[in-house]
Amino acid sequence: MNLESLYQEIILDHYKHPRGRELLAAPLGAAHHVNPTCGDELTVQVAVDSDGRLMIGYEGQGCSISQASASVMSELVTGLAPGQSEVIRQAFLDMMRAKGTGEPDEDVLGDAVAFAGVAKFPARVKCALLAWMALQDAEIQSGLLTQQSKDGDS
Amino acid sequence: MGAPSMSIDVARIKKDFPILGRTVRGGRELVYLDSGATSQKPYQVLDAERSFYETSNASVHRGAHALAEEATIHYEDARELIAAFIGAAPSNIVFTKNATEALNLCAYAFSNATALARQGAPGRAIDPRFVLSPGDSIVISEMEHHANLVPWQELCAKTGASLRWFSVDDDGRLDLSNIDALIDETTKVVSVVHQSNILGTINPVREIMARAHAVGAVGIVDGCQSVPHMPVDIADIGADLFMWSGHKMLGPTGIGCLYGTTEILDAMPPFLTGGSMIEMVHLEASTFAPVPQKFEAGTPMVAQAVGLAAAVRYLTDLGMPNVAEHELALADYTIKALTSIPGVRIIGPGSAVDRGSAISFVVDGLHPHDVGQVLDNEGVAVRVGHHCAWPTCRRFGVPATTRISPYIYNDESDIDKAAAGIVAAQEFFGVAK
Ligand SMILES: Cc1ncc(COP(=O)(O)O)c(C=O)c1O
Repeated sequence: MNLESLYQEIILDHYKHPRGRELLAAPLGAAHHVNPTCGDELTVQVAVDSDGRLMIGYEGQGCSISQASASVMSELVTGLAPGQSEVIRQAFLDMMRAKGTGEPDEDVLGDAVAFAGVAKFPARVKCALLAWMALQDAEIQSGLLTQQSKDGDS
Repeated sequence: MGAPSMSIDVARIKKDFPILGRTVRGGRELVYLDSGATSQKPYQVLDAERSFYETSNASVHRGAHALAEEATIHYEDARELIAAFIGAAPSNIVFTKNATEALNLCAYAFSNATALARQGAPGRAIDPRFVLSPGDSIVISEMEHHANLVPWQELCAKTGASLRWFSVDDDGRLDLSNIDALIDETTKVVSVVHQSNILGTINPVREIMARAHAVGAVGIVDGCQSVPHMPVDIADIGADLFMWSGHKMLGPTGIGCLYGTTEILDAMPPFLTGGSMIEMVHLEASTFAPVPQKFEAGTPMVAQAVGLAAAVRYLTDLGMPNVAEHELALADYTIKALTSIPGVRIIGPGSAVDRGSAISFVVDGLHPHDVGQVLDNEGVAVRVGHHCAWPTCRRFGVPATTRISPYIYNDESDIDKAAAGIVAAQEFFGVAK
């Protein structure tokens, strides 16, 4: 286990240069999540554009893993049809629960495969998941996602 | 590496702590700098607990057999030794699960008394000092551990009393300039921390308790971070109630202590009820045992008390003045080591005066979690986060801090390793100055 396996280049890059890190003018739904053990905070907002595609806004403070994860997530799900984000979120959750075993699907997860190494550090898994959990709550709040799908995954 | 302290022989002490001989993260020597969270345990404590189970284990204060008698003697001898450690009599010490439970025991004395008074419970002597109503106030500080904050918030919610607090200045000291306005005739409880677990500040609790008593309030001091690290004479502090946890002073988990004056403990209604804490039980109602048993419902933590007594013996042999001196020297060394790294800022008193050795800091451009991760990779164990003192973090405008908290088994070389790790973190993340 070394630092580089946790802090992949992609993660450090997203941490230092976050993509799309701003709030939306007219969000349909938003969620503010905190990681009470370390004080990481994140607000994630969702809306849809005129074509019905997902738009993401976010803002927060926290460690490199939590903030980079939010940046990667926003890139991945922006422009998707609502509901599609759930597929990626589920794949991300599976990867985080795999404790570093198994092959994450790069076709589904894109840059987010860089977080595979985080799964080997149990104390950091929550940091990586923060953005994805907030996204799900924001989507439920906006009506883009039903509560049922949330209950289903735990 | 600086000269080792005269009286505390760290190299010899380290040998008493088996865990300090292990390696972490692929063979790195463990450097344990998280004793503010919990301390490690010497053989003497482990052996005492084991030997109790091997030779004398039985339920205390009941049964007429030889083991029950021996176990009771061990338990009560432990109480005597632990009480003497802070200059108290054994009947003034109640064993609890930890300091958090002791603080809840205190807060519940107020909510239970208030509920009993509302109900007009016949035959129950209810001390008006514990009955709260809207208009009453509870005074804490901005540097409290959540354990000395949340129970009082809950008490306010249940009774209509309001919460007030001392603020903290930029150097991490309590602002006492408004003490007479803050603690006034409406004040029923004043509860403050002796030594802050996040800032390291040692507070002038004697002065604060004196003001609490001047207005007739119950005075409480959280001694979690003072009892393990400095000589404490309870008479000197003047608190009505005072508590700490065994696990932060070389003792086992699962045992904490509540000190109370006889007069206050007698006046407080019980917290947990059931077996062991009663005098007479009828189906309609019961009466309660004298203190401390009144507050020790159920089968108590006997082996843990025996272990904690061994910890007290260990610390007494070292001499608490020596422990305090060692830690002050380490605090001074740590402050200098940290402030010599560009981009590192200490959150808390910036000098080794009226402060303990727990030192929180932030690194420009780095989140504490990431600092802690790099340190961990070097084998250095520190705490990161808000240290159960979230409002204190907010006061300093930081989401979290990294905290170095050494103890008797640490020396300057451990601090050097932590400092080197911080520089390594800055380099890894490209924020070195
Ligand atoms: C100042 C202070 N108060 C209260 C507590 C709570 O102690 P425990 O978790 O052992 O109940 C702690 C320990 O974290 C502390 O440092």
